[in-house]
Amino acid sequence: MTASPPGREQGLRLLATMWRIRLFEEQVGLLTRAGEVDGLVHLSVGQEGVAAAVCSQLRDDDAVYSGHRAHGHAIAKGAPLGRLLAELMGRDGGLCRGLGGSMHVVDVEHGFMGATGVVGGNIPIALGSALAARLRGLDSVAVVFFGDGAAQAGHFHETVNLASLWALPLILVCENNGFAEFTPRSAHTNVERVSDAVAPYDVERETVDGNDVVAVWDTFGRFLASARGGGGPFLLECLTRRLRGHYEGDATKYERASAENDPIERFRSRFDADEAEAVRAGAEAEVEQAVRFARGSPYPDPGLFAAMVYADA
Amino acid sequence: MPETTYIRAITSTLAAAMRADERVLVLGEDVAEGGPYTATAGLAGEFGTARVIDTPISEAAITGVAIGAAQSGMRPVLEIMFVDFVTLALDQLVNGAAKAHFMSGGQLTVPMVLRTQGGAGHRGGAQHSQSLESWLTHVPGLKVVMPSRPVDAAGLLASAIADPNPVVFIESKTLYFRKGEVPDPVTPVPIGEAAVLRAGRDVTIVALSRLVDEALAAADRLAAEDGVDAEVVDPRTLVPLDLVAIVASVEKTGRLVVAHEAVEHGGFGAEIVARVQAAAFDYLDAPAARVGAPFAPVPFSAPLEDAYVPGADEVVAAVRALLPSSSRMA
Repeated sequence: MTASPPGREQGLRLLATMWRIRLFEEQVGLLTRAGEVDGLVHLSVGQEGVAAAVCSQLRDDDAVYSGHRAHGHAIAKGAPLGRLLAELMGRDGGLCRGLGGSMHVVDVEHGFMGATGVVGGNIPIALGSALAARLRGLDSVAVVFFGDGAAQAGHFHETVNLASLWALPLILVCENNGFAEFTPRSAHTNVERVSDAVAPYDVERETVDGNDVVAVWDTFGRFLASARGGGGPFLLECLTRRLRGHYEGDATKYERASAENDPIERFRSRFDADEAEAVRAGAEAEVEQAVRFARGSPYPDPGLFAAMVYADA
Repeated sequence: MPETTYIRAITSTLAAAMRADERVLVLGEDVAEGGPYTATAGLAGEFGTARVIDTPISEAAITGVAIGAAQSGMRPVLEIMFVDFVTLALDQLVNGAAKAHFMSGGQLTVPMVLRTQGGAGHRGGAQHSQSLESWLTHVPGLKVVMPSRPVDAAGLLASAIADPNPVVFIESKTLYFRKGEVPDPVTPVPIGEAAVLRAGRDVTIVALSRLVDEALAAADRLAAEDGVDAEVVDPRTLVPLDLVAIVASVEKTGRLVVAHEAVEHGGFGAEIVARVQAAAFDYLDAPAARVGAPFAPVPFSAPLEDAYVPGADEVVAAVRALLPSSSRMA
């Protein structure tokens, strides 16, 4: 099964999604330093191509789970920027009413089922969603994003084994940026590629250049079409680069953006310069609007946390 | 009312829930084979292995699978074969299941049940005999249920499956073949309601799980040997705790002993005692007392295990220590 490459209109939408993520996160970086965004904030600058190419092919009823570096996945899946930023600022108008924060963003309406602060913690949960889809006779799929650091965790291998055994419609999307928190991959494992780590489980897998949005689109599209038709599981490893620290404010020096490692730089040359600039400017205006919305949203009532521990029976 | 065992009460409640609601599924190690205590015996035959799912020995992943299935519209009942192995599932349970509703601002619910069993008495040694409920009661977002009677095992399991929150359902391996009357069809027992199993005037004994029968035996002895009339309360649910029922009993008797099989140090008895003294200090005629296991792992050797596990003797001794010697009739 082959997927069609993104056409011109779809290409512009991908560019817009990448710019929305990039400009949103750059703004989050500024707001973090200004003390308006609290907590531990992990940005995905440099990795936007993966989020855009994967999520833009999914439906709202496809479940996406992510890890701690999740803003881009939420945005690409459809989360409104204003409510996402309000969440990062702990406001009542946030997606989770300020109870989650950056590492625990959820937007069920758009099928963004959750980020997590536990590395790899959502990998088995995503498999449970795929199991539910199968049992309910649906053609929806589950996708989970994780970094290469998660592939050394036991729950990753447990889940890959189960997904393969049960042949469930789960697509594992690894963003291999070469770093687990502050440490290069080579210090953690002798397995160079995450796709090699799943080889014994007979999972259909591919490693692509994650900074090439078209390459991610094509391979993911092929896996998605197969998963919709009853195939699975799949592992898509996207080699990419994180152009910021593990979290905002960490002391480590990382590589600078270049034409080669920046997915937006690489993709926007396909379009007329004015057209590409209009896309960027549109995203910038959306981010400005999001900042206004978030700043205008009040903090939650202090009674909220006690009321939200349990769902009403 | 038909009489059945604690374990069959669980099996028939699972079967009834699966018949009534196609979203209910059972998963865990060996569940399609019935499991070591036959809790799920026959379910795979009736409902098929698509809904009664044998899993590999991957406690972390299968707990996550149950959470994800629950978040996507199913009602999974996960079995962790021994509560000792809940250690391997704790990240998923504590960081995942317990917090999803809260952290999502109410967008997500996790209507799952984690069934497991604990307790000593089968010479299982220190890694197959623990009582770990107090760890789980410390986590906001989980409900924790510990039935002692077959009728409550059935009724509380029915309520746990229907509950929109993650419920940890802790059975006792020593109670599995205990018989009792259980209505058919099962009557749901509300989560969070204690039961007064023996009315009395002189002392309140709050007992959990296996210690409930021990407390009832102790109460009979205290009546016969000391002329002491003990009230025995089974909370049945630890989270949420029916403090109202316990406090009402203490206000009547003026004395409290809390008895459980778990290690006394840091056990749930401390929570009950602290809350009762805060709510009813003026009614207490003596310091509240606890009965629990010593601060040691469960020993393997049979006489040592027997000596280690608290029972009616320890409950009787704890009650006697609370009573002024002049009040004893024996």
